[in-house]
Amino acid sequence: MAVNLVKTLLLTELVQGMGVTIRNFFSTKYTLNYPEEKTPQSPRFRGLHALRRYPNGQERCIACKLCEAVCPAVCITIDSEVAPDGTRRTSRYDIDLFKCIYCGFCEEACPVDAIVLTRIHEYHMEHRGENIMSKDKLLAVGERYEAMIATDKAADAPYR
Amino acid sequence: MLQSISDTWNSLSAYGQHTVWTTVWTLAITVALILSVALLTLWERKVIGWMQLRRGPNRVRILGMFPGLGQPFADVVKLLTKEVIIPANANKFLFLLAPMITLIPAFAAWAVIPLSATVVVSKANAGLLYLLSLTSMGVYGVIIAGWAANSKYAFLGAMRSAAQMVAYEIAMGFALVGVIIASQSLNLGDIVERQQGGFLAWNWFWLFPLLIVYFISGVAETNRAPFDVAEGESEIVAGFHVEYSGIAFALFFLAEYANMILISALTAVFFFGGWLSPFAGYLGDSALAQPNIGWLLIKIFIALFFFLWFRATFPRYRYDQIMRLGWKVLIPVTIVWIGVEMVMAWYKVGPWAKVALWAQ
Repeated sequence: MAVNLVKTLLLTELVQGMGVTIRNFFSTKYTLNYPEEKTPQSPRFRGLHALRRYPNGQERCIACKLCEAVCPAVCITIDSEVAPDGTRRTSRYDIDLFKCIYCGFCEEACPVDAIVLTRIHEYHMEHRGENIMSKDKLLAVGERYEAMIATDKAADAPYR
Repeated sequence: MLQSISDTWNSLSAYGQHTVWTTVWTLAITVALILSVALLTLWERKVIGWMQLRRGPNRVRILGMFPGLGQPFADVVKLLTKEVIIPANANKFLFLLAPMITLIPAFAAWAVIPLSATVVVSKANAGLLYLLSLTSMGVYGVIIAGWAANSKYAFLGAMRSAAQMVAYEIAMGFALVGVIIASQSLNLGDIVERQQGGFLAWNWFWLFPLLIVYFISGVAETNRAPFDVAEGESEIVAGFHVEYSGIAFALFFLAEYANMILISALTAVFFFGGWLSPFAGYLGDSALAQPNIGWLLIKIFIALFFFLWFRATFPRYRYDQIMRLGWKVLIPVTIVWIGVEMVMAWYKVGPWAKVALWAQ
């Protein structure tokens, strides 16, 4: 009781609290100056989707629809057909980015490493409908960032 | 040109010269104060950022230099260009009057604050009374704003603010009674002059509990964290100024920060020897031992830092705890210490040995 009263009157705990804040005042700051500085990313980072091609230019995707089946958010829509060369191909491969939860299950389900999640996370939409990533757009992303995707997959391969 | 100005100056009567001089000083202090408020808002965000391991605003630059320094000016431009919305059921006259009533005392109080032995707008003998009455005027702005907005949140904020101000005004007044006993004067210039003789001769040493009580009451008086229940954004949105927007809101903001600077200046004058050097009597005749306006500015800056420090450290008090602290802790503490002080003054302990000299 008496000890508490003395503690209260001398504001010891308030002074302790102020000690914590003044220590932080002088310590190193965690904030990054975002566009100029960025946090390091893991090769496993799950960002924007991409569809890959084989080095000879053939699409990897064989329209097995495993990704569509495993997708917990039901954001993938696939239609398939027989391509002129007799192989089974997708005629439609849409991903709704608004529904997608970036869990990466599609990437894990894919037997041919066709659908992948890239490290790209700085993208935006300006008009309604742009949230649907069509097959063309996914392939375009895959072509543009193939080098990055290939190194990332190679770096992560030992742990898969 | 210069000749004609000096001719006009000389042709004025003494009263006229005094009027012109006072006007110029008033304008200078007002502009300096508004600029300080602008920089203080930036400094506050920086300090709180640093204490939370962030960097604070560092994007808006002036002439491509000084990262963050443009922030307050960008904020001012934003607030000036926004619409002032007056709620349909508000009392329009009082709604617009309230920000001004809050702002005016915060600036007018500077009339009696001595920046140095000669630089003061008015050497009023009852300066301390003038200050007490003006600082309690500010609460009317808050109450009127809360009532005129015709909003329940605003009204709750005004009620809380009124009760809080009444409670802490008393503690603050009692703390100042101690200062008056110590310096035997209500004139702020005299109060400073009578603390001469280095940092141990200042009032804070003999009136330490009163300093603590005064500063806590000052924080409560300016509605700053941890006593900002009048705003209480987590409970009553923004309290008394919830309906204000644009420049009307900016005036409240300006008044709050001007009041912070005012309380800091008063703390420096009452307890830390105003413009007197802390090293007077220790460093002989060197420049550091001379009284200087710079000392006052440094003391104000340090006191302001404490305001920001408190805000970054303490969570907001619950309303009933605020009332308990004000009535049951701060007021008894001041009364006890005034008693102790009277005993010391009676037996001429410490600084009261000098009191007899001033009385003559």
